[in-house]
Amino acid sequence: MSTPVLDVAGLAYAYPDGHQALYGVDLHVHQGERVALLGPNGAGKTTLVLHLNGILVAGAGTVSVSGLPVTKANLAEVRRRVGVVFQDPDDQLFMATVRDDVAFGPANLGLRGAALDRRVLDALDRVGMADFVDRPPHHLSFGQRRRVAVATVLAMEPEILVLDEPSSNLDPASRRELAEILTSLDVTVLMVTHDLPYAFELCPRSVVLSDGVIVADGATYDVLTDDALMSAHRLELPFGFDPRTIRAATAG
Amino acid sequence: MGAGHGHKLHFHGHSPVHRAPAHLKVLALLGFMLLVVATPRGWWPAYAGFLLVLVAVIAVSQVPPTYLLKRMVVEVPFVVFAVLMPFIATGPRIEVLGVSVSEHGLAAAGALLAKGTLGVLASLTLAATTEPRHLLVGLERLRVPHLLVQIMGFMIRYLDVVTDEMGRMKVARESRGFQASNVRHWPILARSSGALFIRSYERGERVHLAMLARGYTGTMPDTRSDRP
Repeated sequence: MSTPVLDVAGLAYAYPDGHQALYGVDLHVHQGERVALLGPNGAGKTTLVLHLNGILVAGAGTVSVSGLPVTKANLAEVRRRVGVVFQDPDDQLFMATVRDDVAFGPANLGLRGAALDRRVLDALDRVGMADFVDRPPHHLSFGQRRRVAVATVLAMEPEILVLDEPSSNLDPASRRELAEILTSLDVTVLMVTHDLPYAFELCPRSVVLSDGVIVADGATYDVLTDDALMSAHRLELPFGFDPRTIRAATAG
Repeated sequence: MGAGHGHKLHFHGHSPVHRAPAHLKVLALLGFMLLVVATPRGWWPAYAGFLLVLVAVIAVSQVPPTYLLKRMVVEVPFVVFAVLMPFIATGPRIEVLGVSVSEHGLAAAGALLAKGTLGVLASLTLAATTEPRHLLVGLERLRVPHLLVQIMGFMIRYLDVVTDEMGRMKVARESRGFQASNVRHWPILARSSGALFIRSYERGERVHLAMLARGYTGTMPDTRSDRP
């Protein structure tokens, strides 16, 4: 098989206060995949995400992005390749206008002038927010801000998009619109989520992280229908949602 | 929740005053203020002239006078101080309406009041006719240090976010039956503002993470669009 876009091997990490969050995580994501990272609160999902672009440095084990190891020397290129969309768009959008915010990443990569402008408009176009380019972020609705947050990362032309709880706090229409945008993008996606129907809808493959180790890795349908696995790791399907009946309905 | 469209000081409009370049407006304000401050006390016709100029600018800007007057309450502490001055200042005393006041104090209070009012009104006019982000661009053109402009930019960006957070905390307090009616409640307000400070501080750290994740290396990149 080709070099995985994301290659995490034996990753362990303890916070400076001694709390160990990851105990040897192995994870491969290949190009074009959409993978959901599931797990209860406190499983270490966010800690794992912060290793993918080198914000946290592995205590043991390695992380590579398309063959490039995440080390201090490679940090700039790693952060271009791995686009992280954080949970709260107000943390991600910190400039005075949508344009400046989307331009921040590519400008850090050295783009200027017309090329920068094109990159910004293209990224906004892909999330359907090109009309809002001159608006200040705090005048947008929450769903619009989340979409602009995705654009800020797309503008860096990443090889993998890492989304932390993309559907949180969205109303159902915004949630659906974001799903349509994510499926329309031709990019590898790793999505951290508690929203199991969203994972089922968007990601053919799911990985379960629990107590700092990967405990399951397989087709989302198989993971969600493995009742023993689900209850052992505090994962629960929301009331009324059953992947079996959905698959039966869409197959029939 | 959330502020309405635009900032609370800005009045949307398309007058010549609105359209004038921000850096010129900042310079005009600065020049005007220096002139007002440098005018000796007692030159009342000069103060009247300044006020006339200001009123003319406001008239051209089409910002309703009541809009500005309501926002002039920030001047109240100065007014209180000015009113006290004639009573506490020393020197020869004169009778005004049967009350003995200090002559020097009275003159100083009058000048303070006139200068203060002119300054506040001029600043409000600038704020009402200039969007915050244009103001930042203007300051940048005036070669204000980049770091200062960036700090102001972050402040403008997060002012509403923090204000909203403060509003939510107030609602949460009051939903549990709290009303700040007397001094004994102040410790609770103090703890709330402490919590707000810590939340804002943590947000600052998250913003910094988000900046690092997009390749921030310690200096703000040039994100200006295609202009010379």
